[in-house]
Amino acid sequence: MKMHYGFPIIAGLLIFVVAITAPFAVGKAVTKQYKQPEPKKVVGEKECIESVEFMRTEHMQLLNEWRDWALRDGKRIYTNHAGKQFTISLQNTCMKCHTNKAEFCDKCHNDAGVSPYCWDCHVQPEGLK
Amino acid sequence: MSNIPKADELFKSIDYTPPVTGWMETPVDFSPGHWCYPAKPEKIEYMESKLPGLWGPARQWLPSDADWKLPPNWKETVVNGFRERLKKFRTLQLFMDICVRCGACADKCHYFIGSGDPKNMPVLRAELMRSVYRGEFTLAGKILSKLTGSRVMEEHVLKEWFIYFYQCTQCRRCSLFCPYGIDTAEMTMMARELMHLVGLNTNWIMEPVSNCNITGNHLGIQPHAFKDIVDFMVDDIEEVTGRRVKAPLNEKGHEILFITPSGDVFADPGIYTFMGYLLLFDYLDLDYTMSTYASEGGNFGSFTNNEVMKKLNAKMYAEANRLGCKWILGGECGHMWRVVHQYMDTMNGDTQGPQMTTPKSPITGTVFDTAAATKMLHIVEFTADLIKHGKLNLDPSRNDHLRVTFHDSCNPARGMGLLDEPRYVLKHVCNHFFEMPPQTTREQTFCCAGGSGLNTDEIMEIRLRGGLPRGNALRYVQEKHGVNLMACICAIDRATLIPLADYWAPGVTISGTHELVANALVLEEGEVRKMDMRQEPLPGVEDEDDDWTPPNMEEA
Amino acid sequence: MNALYSLLFVFLLVLIPLFGVDAAHLRSIFGVCIPMTAFIIFLVGFIYKVITWARSAVPFRIPTTGGQFKSFDPVLFPQNKLDCPQTGAQTFFRMVLEVFAFRSLFRNTAVSLHENNGPVVAYKSSKWLWLFAITFHYSFFIVALRHLRLFLEPIPFFVHGLEFVDGILQIGAPTMYLTDAGLVLGVLLLLGRRLINPRINYISYASDFFPLFLILAVALSGIYMRYYAKVDIMAIKELTMGLVTFHYHVPDAITAPFFVHVFLVSVLMAYFPFSKLMHMPGVFLSPTRNMPNDTRAKHHVNPWNDPKIMAHAYADYEKEFGVPMAEAGLPLDNPENGVPHDEADA
Repeated sequence: MKMHYGFPIIAGLLIFVVAITAPFAVGKAVTKQYKQPEPKKVVGEKECIESVEFMRTEHMQLLNEWRDWALRDGKRIYTNHAGKQFTISLQNTCMKCHTNKAEFCDKCHNDAGVSPYCWDCHVQPEGLK
Repeated sequence: MSNIPKADELFKSIDYTPPVTGWMETPVDFSPGHWCYPAKPEKIEYMESKLPGLWGPARQWLPSDADWKLPPNWKETVVNGFRERLKKFRTLQLFMDICVRCGACADKCHYFIGSGDPKNMPVLRAELMRSVYRGEFTLAGKILSKLTGSRVMEEHVLKEWFIYFYQCTQCRRCSLFCPYGIDTAEMTMMARELMHLVGLNTNWIMEPVSNCNITGNHLGIQPHAFKDIVDFMVDDIEEVTGRRVKAPLNEKGHEILFITPSGDVFADPGIYTFMGYLLLFDYLDLDYTMSTYASEGGNFGSFTNNEVMKKLNAKMYAEANRLGCKWILGGECGHMWRVVHQYMDTMNGDTQGPQMTTPKSPITGTVFDTAAATKMLHIVEFTADLIKHGKLNLDPSRNDHLRVTFHDSCNPARGMGLLDEPRYVLKHVCNHFFEMPPQTTREQTFCCAGGSGLNTDEIMEIRLRGGLPRGNALRYVQEKHGVNLMACICAIDRATLIPLADYWAPGVTISGTHELVANALVLEEGEVRKMDMRQEPLPGVEDEDDDWTPPNMEEA
Repeated sequence: MNALYSLLFVFLLVLIPLFGVDAAHLRSIFGVCIPMTAFIIFLVGFIYKVITWARSAVPFRIPTTGGQFKSFDPVLFPQNKLDCPQTGAQTFFRMVLEVFAFRSLFRNTAVSLHENNGPVVAYKSSKWLWLFAITFHYSFFIVALRHLRLFLEPIPFFVHGLEFVDGILQIGAPTMYLTDAGLVLGVLLLLGRRLINPRINYISYASDFFPLFLILAVALSGIYMRYYAKVDIMAIKELTMGLVTFHYHVPDAITAPFFVHVFLVSVLMAYFPFSKLMHMPGVFLSPTRNMPNDTRAKHHVNPWNDPKIMAHAYADYEKEFGVPMAEAGLPLDNPENGVPHDEADA
């Protein structure tokens, strides 16, 4: 199989193939097997302000809305889907149970590669480092 | 030429709105005026005897006929030839695969700008071939022909090729703008090679090709006639300058072999450029010779197929070896320099004799390392070097009656990069120099619309339409700066730009660069010229009516 | 018409996973089999095509020169090193600009005809296509890179960096990515151009519209997942990490929008090597761009150069024209050639 100017082409091709198959190599060599992270379960309270499924997918939206309601509209009461009421407060409601950022928030956020800007304003809970 | 509309009317007829029918369904006009005459059978027979297997059947036929008398196995020949060339030319293979039809090239082609015919958009010109590539060679194209713009090789497809690949001058302007560098010139070359295989050809190209092989030049000038013409020019130079110049032909033992396109020895105004060379060389007392055997710088083979291009080009080194010349000096020519710069050493470099050396100017001592492989120097580089070293006594005021602009020929511009040297020379030999708009010069230059073997009169309307961008830019400087002369460094230009200027910018004459050099060259201290190289009285010398008109290019 | 076909076809492609996944057994087909197969087709097809190009010869060195070449006096006639490269390094930089900045496209002009005391052909700079293309390609590239967060654990720093920069406006939650908007905008602009500009429309096949609609659908399904359906990202990462660690598993929490997205991406991957999308590797191989303009100074080898093709021999030429040459006083190699035939015969 005669090639013309084969070296740079093969070299380029190799770089490309290595780059796009790298995740497989890293997965096999470094990660080996991946399991979903398990955020620290809360002891004491049985239920969050909404269902687990809702919180998993919608918490960022909820927190965003809470911020707007509390800070911009002065609304401090949240009524959940079941009709139960909560005080809108990250510090006093959420972090009452989820006390440890590293063991709760960061568990998924690290794996999902997201870094929400909550702590730009809020006092960081323990376990930041 | 009589039925060609006036410039204003032709301009108004240009419509960029595409037809209602898709391009594959839009019929092609085969009426006279849309094609060049096919080659005379004897020309094809001669070439077949020299390079067998490349020419198809020699025969009488006309593109306006329904039956083009193709050989029975023509389809197989074309498809197999196509497949073979995909392996031989990466350009072809790649350009068939990667075009995204972004349309950046669409309005870069002079033929499209002047005609509005969508098949003159470089992208569609190439699609004429690509559609066949997909239909014949790719799975997707075979299955989803309509959706992927694919089709198989059919007679009407081949006929369409003949019309549109002889409406491309291989000027490469589209290639400059293409984000992938797709070069329609490459595809035109390939399509023409394939068409030659089944005997589709044009006489305007094949007659020069066969002439060149026999006599050494496109025009078929035999050696003794060539000498007569040169002697005639020597007489004319004496008439203008009073100096009897040497014009050595076929002489052995000189340092330099000089080769220029034969158009320069044949037709107005190329002959004045040729006289310019002779005068300059004599002034320098240059140790050189010309040759009747290698009396052609141009290479119509490059408009035919790579085999003939190589064969015709091979004469240059063969003659340098025979005459014992150390290096070759080349005259002003466009496609000649594309071939010399980008093909010559690759094709024939190994035939250089041991006596050949890197060009070194015997006057200034400059060694031209940039030509170390080909051993061939462009006359404009040579002259620019002389001017730089102050070796020429120039009186640019002798060209004061001329207001000059410069037309970059496609090939030196986009296939070589020779842009500043000719301007440097021109600015030293004339006082009034003006550039045309930047979108029409240097690497963005527009073709004369007669390159790649299309400088024939039977397609004059197509040429004039294609000449619109150049002609209009010329008219612009004519109106703005009073430009009355367009200089160039191409023999085809010197023939084709004349009707173009007459049509789009009447009143502008065309000349080679060394004609102006010769005008300005002061042969000895205090030399007074009464006339220029055209034997026109210089202003102020004689008060005579100047009613010189550019000659018709009936038969160039 | 071509646009409509393509649009309908992409709709069809969306419907396949929408209905397909509901049949319970097909979750692993759509989650694992199809994307892995598509990836293999992409990889093999891509390599095959590039090797095909590599096997095609480069007989001549034919760069398109876009500026002054290297002259005998580079001071007097400065070389345009980027557009008319003479060395490998200069050519490399030309290619870098071509690949990363779409330099040739940046040169684009638009022609228009006017009447102003006679014909006027006008040229104006036209950078729209360049702008659309650069928006589209860079957005797509960054979007693709950001997806590495789903395929790597731990996530490398540059993916975090991209995510931070891309979300810098901090609009909404989840934060809006600029490249999401850029990708959709880019595709829409390129599509719009193809639909509205009559000249471009005229040269467009279904195979020109299809990739645009497909990429649009990929982008919109991705955006829908992230901003509206709010799919369970950790479950998805479990699936995607399962692909790269070869421990295939499709968590139950994954919902239909994800399968639509993955299916469309799979189609794109499988389609890529057989389509014009191969301009991606192709641009690197273009002989008019990736070669230095140095054939007058350096020998280039044509692998199929035919040494048997030779010039018409001078000896034959002299034999044919010797008599008139002699009469005209031109020197002859062989004086016998100058003797007229009837005399020679006598």
